[in-house]
Amino acid sequence: MRMRLERREPLPSWVLVLLPVAAILATLVLSAIPVALAGANVFEAYVALFQGALGSRFNLIETLVKTSPLVFTGLAVAFAFRAKFWNIGAEGQLIAGAIAGGVVGIYGGALPSFLLIPLMLLVGFLAGGLYACIPALLRTHLQVDDVVSSLLLNFVMIYLLSALLFGPLQRPDAGWPVSAEIAEAARYPVFIERTRLHLGIPLALGAVLVVWFLNQKTKFGYQARAVGSNLQAAHFAGIPTNRVIVLTALVSGGLAGIAGVGEVAAVQYKLLTGFSPDYGYTGIVIAMLGNLHPVGVALSALFFGIINVGSQTMSRMVDVPSYISGVMEGTALLVMMVFLLLKDFRLRIERR
Amino acid sequence: MASPPRCELSGISKRFLGVTANDAVDFRVAPGEICALLGENGAGKTTLMNILFGYYRPDEGTIRVDGREHSFAAPRDAIRAGIGMVHQHFTLVPPHTVLENIIIGTREGGRFLLHRAAARKRLAALQERFGLRVDPDRPVAELSVGERQRVEILKALYRDSSVLILDEPTAVLGPQEVEGLFHTLRLLAEEGRSVIFISHKLNEVMEIADRVVVLRGGKVADERRVADTSARELAQLMVGREVLERIERPAVEPGATVLAVENLRLTDRQGVPLLDGVDLHVAAREIVGVAGVAGNGQREFCEVLFGLRVPTAGTVRIGDEAFPLGRPRAAEEAGMARIPEDRMGAGLLVDLTVAENLVLNRYDQAPVGSGILYHHARAEEYARERVEAYGVKTRGVDQVARLLSGGNLQKLILARELDGEPRVVVAAQPTRGLDVGAMEYVHQRILDQKGRGAAVVLVSDDLDEILQLADRIVVFYEGCPIGEMPAAEADREKLGLLMSGVAA
Repeated sequence: MRMRLERREPLPSWVLVLLPVAAILATLVLSAIPVALAGANVFEAYVALFQGALGSRFNLIETLVKTSPLVFTGLAVAFAFRAKFWNIGAEGQLIAGAIAGGVVGIYGGALPSFLLIPLMLLVGFLAGGLYACIPALLRTHLQVDDVVSSLLLNFVMIYLLSALLFGPLQRPDAGWPVSAEIAEAARYPVFIERTRLHLGIPLALGAVLVVWFLNQKTKFGYQARAVGSNLQAAHFAGIPTNRVIVLTALVSGGLAGIAGVGEVAAVQYKLLTGFSPDYGYTGIVIAMLGNLHPVGVALSALFFGIINVGSQTMSRMVDVPSYISGVMEGTALLVMMVFLLLKDFRLRIERR
Repeated sequence: MASPPRCELSGISKRFLGVTANDAVDFRVAPGEICALLGENGAGKTTLMNILFGYYRPDEGTIRVDGREHSFAAPRDAIRAGIGMVHQHFTLVPPHTVLENIIIGTREGGRFLLHRAAARKRLAALQERFGLRVDPDRPVAELSVGERQRVEILKALYRDSSVLILDEPTAVLGPQEVEGLFHTLRLLAEEGRSVIFISHKLNEVMEIADRVVVLRGGKVADERRVADTSARELAQLMVGREVLERIERPAVEPGATVLAVENLRLTDRQGVPLLDGVDLHVAAREIVGVAGVAGNGQREFCEVLFGLRVPTAGTVRIGDEAFPLGRPRAAEEAGMARIPEDRMGAGLLVDLTVAENLVLNRYDQAPVGSGILYHHARAEEYARERVEAYGVKTRGVDQVARLLSGGNLQKLILARELDGEPRVVVAAQPTRGLDVGAMEYVHQRILDQKGRGAAVVLVSDDLDEILQLADRIVVFYEGCPIGEMPAAEADREKLGLLMSGVAA
């Protein structure tokens, strides 16, 4: 007996919309197994999960705070993947953005908030974007595989952050790797007193709109679609494929860089090592789960925000370790990959 | 035949997604025999040999080697049965040495350790016996193409192949190397090994083979002993005699020269010439057919015209303007409609919609593009117009192109490329793989372009198509035109001989 994949007739487009929803449901069902193995009542555990994430105004806002950087990194990856620029480096680009934005925030206290924050965003965008251009240029000019180079550059940036925090950026009186705090004016404004509902959340929504607009309404979006669909045909038609790839990298890395600025300007208020709980890598999963569509990315990011925050409550209430959120993220990715495969192919089992 | 066959294929049929590549083919080869397998591109030669080598399973038919029936699941099984194959595209590991490449997967290749000394001795003996000179310790990456081929042959002999299949082995060799190869093949045959030689070059077949089997359209057209045949007869067998009824062609006088190609030269990275000084002039209201056996520079010629490759020398002018080569957009802006050979590869974005495909070379011009914007609705509007004008069968312009049939995909390309009254039309294999209806449609559109005043270059492996459409026929051989004639004086026989490198 052996299994074979056969291309199937394309499914109607509403299936594409339902796919992530089905993937999320399947993830919840599959994740019930480890939850049960941890000795908890699955129903109670899931109630705790969702209550912890959405059950009160405070919890909801915390979930949104977690969601915001994930929207940015998810968009970053989705934008790149659409043009088949395989950017696995959102983590490094996020850190690059955090360093650049953070430096501006630390030393730019003389500027008023309405200038300083846009400046931080711009600088963070450029830092992340230019960092992403390195693997793009390596690919377009030297045929270096972008998966490998963008991934490895993450570690370069992680160690660069570390070096800076043990060197020029270290707070003089600190014995550990941490920078001085950013200026008061550099902090993202908060919309509701005593919560963390900050500027990064509407910014994330705005980014969803901008990316949607770029994808659907601009010539650049068309070019990126053509390059992603068939590089050879795009080249044949005279589309400047290399330029499209590099510009895609710039925007992709820039989005990740803004996620980094947000972590410094709204959550940490300073630079420190290990401030990102792998937002960049999680962005890859979110992009896939959202089927590379900006709205899909926003919803997947929200789902990940929910399991991230909710899993904390779940661990307190029913004693399932909060690592379950990692298990669920991994499960969601695998389920979505299988669903995407089954979207285009049907499985045939042959006996011989 | 006196001796029993070394291997015998009977009733072999193989279909790929509805296309029949081999249709009840019988083929055998005796010990000590050199048998040529002759046929045009797409005649099914390589498929048949890949079946014998275990790459494909036949849908029907049996394989016998030395009288025993075999069912090969993979090349490994065929190798074990004594069959070796040298593919057109070599299967060597470039960073490894010759010796390492040869013993890979053999006993001396070992499970964990390489037994180089023993292997080296055996290899040296083989090299001595068959005149296959190549340094066993050099990395394959440093070898010339001819040397690599020797390594492939040695690889097969090292595995004790009693049947050696060579797929178009001379395509990559210079004349002296061909002599060397033939010498080796004769030595192999003298030892009682069987050689199967796939080719479409008549001269070579006449020189090296004992017997020729001609395939046409997946079937055995006929077979001959070389002693009893001529290149002329083989050419007829290869291309077939039946001439289709000619479609009506408007009698028009060609105008002034529109497309002028001068002294076009192109070499590959190893310095082998791919285009060797091509000159071609095409007038308005003229169709020039470019014929030739595949692999004689026609593809590269199109790639240069399309702006995909920068030639080593030469110019291309449209009207009085030379346009910069190597820039796809420049060709188009100079007024060339480009119909590429590889529809799915270069021509279309099959995962995008019909509309997105139709605007591929005008997405950035009004009305579809303006400023930074791409106007989706205007693209669809334009697309609906073109779909209607060309009768493309689609459920809508927002449908994914992949769902269209081959004929409709080609219509999509025509609808896009022929818009805007191009001055020059270059069509590469425009009807390959299409059914008769679609083929006729494409031919009519090409004739329309001629009637309108365009200069048309029609590159095709299909002689019928060229004979039907062209006013003048140019035959490419080894990277340049070997001869040309007005279509009125051309016939399959004359063309067949030219295509095989026999100058008229």
